[in-house]
Amino acid sequence: MGAVLAIILTGLLVATACALLGVFLVLRRMAMMADAISHAILPGLVAGYFLAQGPNLLAGFVGASLAAVATVALVEALQNTHRVGGESAIGVVFPAMFALGAFLVSKYFANVHLDTDAVLYGNIEFVAFDVLILNGLNLGPQSLWVMGALCVVNLLFVRLLFKELKLATFDPGLAAALGFSPALIHYGLMAMVSVTTVGAFTAVGAILVVAFMIVPAAAAYLLTDDLGRMIILAVLIGALSAVVGCFIAFALDASVAGAMAAMAGACFLLALLFSPAHGLVAKARRLRRQRLRLAMENLVVHLFNHEHQAYEEHEAEVAHLSSELRWQPRFARRIIRMARRAQLVRQVNGHLALTGAGREFARQASAHRDGEA
Amino acid sequence: MQTGIAVAPVEINDLTVAYRDKLVLQDIDLTIPEGKLAAIIGPNGAGKSTLIKAVLGLVPTTAGSVRIYGKPYAEQRRLVGYVPQRSSVDWDFPTTALDVVMMGTYGRLGWLRRPGAAERDFAMHCLEQVGMAPYADRQISQLSGGQQQRVFLARALAQDAQIYFMDEPFVGVDAVTERAIVALLQALQQQGKTVICVHHDLDSAPDYFDWVALLNVRLVASGPFASTFTADNLRKTYGGAMKAAIAHFQHFEEDRRGLGIMKRE
Amino acid sequence: MGILVELFADYTLRNVALGSALLGMVSGALGCFAVLRRQGLLGDALAHAALPGICIAYLLTQTKAPIVLLLGAAAAGWIAAILLLQIVRHTRISEDSALGIVLSTFFAFGIVLLTFIAKRGSANQSGLDKFLFGQAAALVAEDVMTMAVLGGVALAIVALLYKEFKLLAFDAPFAASLGFNTDWLSVLLTSLIVVAVVIGLQTVGVVLMAALLVGPAVAARQWTNRLGVMVILAALFGALSGLVGALMSVSDEGIPTGPMVILSLTGIVLCSVFFAPERGLVWDAVRRRTQRAAWVE
Repeated sequence: MGAVLAIILTGLLVATACALLGVFLVLRRMAMMADAISHAILPGLVAGYFLAQGPNLLAGFVGASLAAVATVALVEALQNTHRVGGESAIGVVFPAMFALGAFLVSKYFANVHLDTDAVLYGNIEFVAFDVLILNGLNLGPQSLWVMGALCVVNLLFVRLLFKELKLATFDPGLAAALGFSPALIHYGLMAMVSVTTVGAFTAVGAILVVAFMIVPAAAAYLLTDDLGRMIILAVLIGALSAVVGCFIAFALDASVAGAMAAMAGACFLLALLFSPAHGLVAKARRLRRQRLRLAMENLVVHLFNHEHQAYEEHEAEVAHLSSELRWQPRFARRIIRMARRAQLVRQVNGHLALTGAGREFARQASAHRDGEA
Repeated sequence: MQTGIAVAPVEINDLTVAYRDKLVLQDIDLTIPEGKLAAIIGPNGAGKSTLIKAVLGLVPTTAGSVRIYGKPYAEQRRLVGYVPQRSSVDWDFPTTALDVVMMGTYGRLGWLRRPGAAERDFAMHCLEQVGMAPYADRQISQLSGGQQQRVFLARALAQDAQIYFMDEPFVGVDAVTERAIVALLQALQQQGKTVICVHHDLDSAPDYFDWVALLNVRLVASGPFASTFTADNLRKTYGGAMKAAIAHFQHFEEDRRGLGIMKRE
Repeated sequence: MGILVELFADYTLRNVALGSALLGMVSGALGCFAVLRRQGLLGDALAHAALPGICIAYLLTQTKAPIVLLLGAAAAGWIAAILLLQIVRHTRISEDSALGIVLSTFFAFGIVLLTFIAKRGSANQSGLDKFLFGQAAALVAEDVMTMAVLGGVALAIVALLYKEFKLLAFDAPFAASLGFNTDWLSVLLTSLIVVAVVIGLQTVGVVLMAALLVGPAVAARQWTNRLGVMVILAALFGALSGLVGALMSVSDEGIPTGPMVILSLTGIVLCSVFFAPERGLVWDAVRRRTQRAAWVE
């Protein structure tokens, strides 16, 4: 298998496996837990290396998974003491685990080559050379098998437990009442995140795993309101970032995993700016329109409220309105133009008066308000 | 005020506040006369707290103006005391009751100047007024809910204001505190101060207040308590049982449609 | 005793110890406000976000002068902080996810730049990746001086605006109602945290910076109910772990300083959570047991 193909395939599999779980991490507000886990597996990897007397896939996997579970348990134990705030507990535990790992590496494996940079950003560049050999049979790159298996497992996990995950995420109380233990689902998810992190670790490193989990999911969250679609979008965005990132990295001769994650960041930025429903541009435009519409409604209701009062004439004067409603004169004129075009008010020698339609509009606006109570 | 001309302590004109695409307050015209114990009453989501926050400049307003004794709030800060909702702060914060009360003097001190012995004595005096002097050195998390509320009241007293805005001061307090708050409100009134409370308990309201504003996004009615707090006005404020049911149903529908997957309250 | 004599005799050791202690002191004091405002992980995000800033500063100037690189780091940290605020304020993405997004994508971009610089074969590139794990042993007297000045200014600002920062952390709306500009105060506080992060990058590196902001504050909180005491204690705990970590790392060949600082700090945190008077978990258990015994009788 070609090295380039192996890299792209690995990237695709990592992106898919991570995005599947990332959606739930984002929705459950546990993104930083993924960050914590990804760092905290270091001592587990070292312990696995130590026990197996060398690099061993299985030992590393077991050690790192145990470390991940320990991290989740430690963070929660610390939070449950109520002596330490939620995010502070994370901030205490994962650097301690990482520091422990770094200490062990330098103390006992100083002579072994355990590349510390790879711990942070992986070496996906070399996946093609790390092949799985079973009974003397070359089965191709090891990471493809590992990530492929994780993809399948995660897909099954999300597919089979979709209803439970959804319920436990949006309404833990109801989930518990219906007999789905939210705690069980929580630990199940954490276990899947841990195992996936460990699997993806060799390819993309500790910090970029977090990018693959969180960023595509967050971008998808800005693009859709439907959970099923959000998962599909997250996977697609992750896959796209992996492929495009890979080629950019080749072009620049820079870190492949880094470029993939940076691409995911670029996708997020695009979604942040241009998502039709939740993007900043659409939002700003909507807010502007709403401000104008609100102001017009405000004007009509204001006129309506003062219609039968003695000082109506004064209240309704254009100049007075702009000071009364604290509007800039230009803004006030614009709103009045809008209201006149909508035939809600008319101007009678310098004064504003409601039309029949305007009165009806004001009445409806009030009824609408009352209905909302 | 010593001006001689009757300027209302709080004068709100055409105040509109919108949060995103929702009107929270619409076209509020409200003048509260001096020396009143005024209640702001209305259903959940009526914008009661927002009204106070808008007056204090804590939320942006879409339109309208607020005047405190005839001038904008920014010029009259020293005349205003504020008691936020008790649940708005972290009571495990490392500080003592006395220290919280001293925060009331920070506005007068301004930037950089530290509170000294004078501020400390004054804060102590304020704690005494709410019966909390023995707890001055207690860490605030060790106080009961009612005691925490009294500390908040003392902090407002330390602002030494003419007008007090209080956001739900009676929520979740014990009987002792409730009596202490009522006594304090009356004492403030006797000193000629104006107190405006967001209040949600319709049963106790007639006993505590002599002036009321009924609010539900728009101002339904305002005026002296007896003539304003009528069944008719309350119906207008709270809507009929039917309307409540309809609102509830709409809420349910929204949830079912899964509007905003992230609504997890 | 011998080690203390050595401390002042040995040039490298003195720089490492002083630098680490300074860093611990500054980040400890500032971390208190971050932790109390529930922004404990902000430092983590800003530290990671600094990496592309360092690389860009190098690419633009082709120098490795610490002050230039740190300026780049500060600028990137600042941009990250602003982006973070915008995401949280204007979208439905939670603060937690926003931290994760900013942290990982900025870092990823930094890695791309770092490897880009490395592969282009400028032989002296190796100076940049020391920011990943920090390299306290490489600190020179000049670095320590820079740290002292930056840290001193940050601490002076905290001392000067102590009253305002306290009010901001406890009850920001009340602060605003009194006329204090809380937006401005928030920006200032975040900027000071950026300063602490920048100081820390050379010593403990990107990854472990989070702990230096959170740990001392968490430990100090257990011993006192006064903010003033907490800030001073946190500064002391931070300085102590910096000093102990530095000494431990030089006493054993090849042990890096950063991890040792964090491990000493973790020890202090654990001791505090378990054994601090009043709040300590051990005393909690003892109290519960005696209560139960009294109740049984």
